[in-house]
Amino acid sequence: MTALITPDDVPYLPRGVRLENDQLRNIRVLQAPERAMQLDQIGDAILGELDGARSLAQITRDLAARYDAPVEQIEGDVRDFLTGLIERRMVFLRDIT
Amino acid sequence: MKDLPAQPRDLDGNTVTPGLPMAMLAEITHRCPLACPYCSNPVELIRAKTEISADDWGRVFRQAADLGVLQVHISGGEPGARRDLAQIVTHARDAGLYVNLITSGIGITRDRLLELDAAGVDHVQLSLQGIRPDMADRISGHFGSWDKKMGFADWVTEIGFPLTINAVVHRQNMDRLPDMIALAERLGARRIEVATVQFHGWAELNRKALMPTRDQAETARRIVNEARIRLRGRMVIDYVPADHHAIYPKACMGGWGSLGLNVGPDGTVLPCHAAQSIDWMRFENVQDRSLSDIWHLSDSFNAFRGTEWMPEPCASCERKNVDFGGCRCQAMALAGDARATDPVCSKSPLHAQIVRRAEEDAAADTTEFVYRRMSKGG
Repeated sequence: MTALITPDDVPYLPRGVRLENDQLRNIRVLQAPERAMQLDQIGDAILGELDGARSLAQITRDLAARYDAPVEQIEGDVRDFLTGLIERRMVFLRDIT
Repeated sequence: MKDLPAQPRDLDGNTVTPGLPMAMLAEITHRCPLACPYCSNPVELIRAKTEISADDWGRVFRQAADLGVLQVHISGGEPGARRDLAQIVTHARDAGLYVNLITSGIGITRDRLLELDAAGVDHVQLSLQGIRPDMADRISGHFGSWDKKMGFADWVTEIGFPLTINAVVHRQNMDRLPDMIALAERLGARRIEVATVQFHGWAELNRKALMPTRDQAETARRIVNEARIRLRGRMVIDYVPADHHAIYPKACMGGWGSLGLNVGPDGTVLPCHAAQSIDWMRFENVQDRSLSDIWHLSDSFNAFRGTEWMPEPCASCERKNVDFGGCRCQAMALAGDARATDPVCSKSPLHAQIVRRAEEDAAADTTEFVYRRMSKGG
């Protein structure tokens, strides 16, 4: 299957998709059209990076530095997680160029 | 000493443990310009004069958020039939809820849509009855519905709301599914929900005109699967198949009183929108009791919680925590017993009879509808 995201793409949360605290359940959730998704720490950390300015490659480098983990491993995790959300239309991409 | 709270029990007196609801359907009015023959509203419609106020809705939304609800689906009838819709939306957002607006697109002007944008609507779901004016107008019973919907969809896109198209399919429009998917794509929808008519209430009255054939159901499945591959990353397709053709029933509501609740125009609280078809069940109202008490303690919500209430073949079925015995309202409609195994399940003793009846209805040559209308008077 063709890749839905390349290192140069800039991922962002489109209108109608937002990160929130669920204070009652003490979890982080991604709110989207007719769907609320519970996020684990990794998912939350990744989505917290989507500022609409940095590319996938930059985000991966920043996360690798922050968590002191190999870039290759982080890259796979981030790409797979974001691919799932792109398929659900909960993450959009803009081209860096 | 403080009284201990009452112990929630199912309809047989077994103790049950309520969870927390995630979503609430707010059917703020039953008024609607359309007359779709499969309308999910009850056959006995609530009149305008008994609708609860926008401030009442504000109180309900705050109680819902405190109870764990994250999203509200503001629906009807046509929610736009209420002039105070924007105020209701504002209350929902103020309560911290994510707001989905479920609309026919009829009767909401561009100015009102801008007002709803300012009020904080997060997402718009637009219903689709058919393709082209002739089909859409005939099925919805509203002349001009198609043109109004297409105009509305343009404003949704212009303002920038995320859009879902909800295409309700049945024998008379299912063959146009590829056109419906193409239309949703052209309108820039993020998602299309292809929902086969569920045969409760009004749809039950129109079974012979609406029941899809087995071939149609299979073709629709194939079209959806192909389109999902083609549209991967561009548009999501959610598909609710015809469960009369399934092996196992749908996991209705994710389990009774488990994930969601429905509040009707007059404040009646239901475990699902069709629950009033269970004629012996008594439902409570937000005017009389808090939403939390109704959720945790009411007989209606506790009736079918857990699995202890289940008869055979559900009781010993390995899928009882997968599909929860199917749909209680469908059991009521088809077996005459709300606690029976959903008769669309292949393990139900009624299954063969249900399949035969569905096939007979699918082969009926009628195209005439009993349209959804309010009865006279009131």
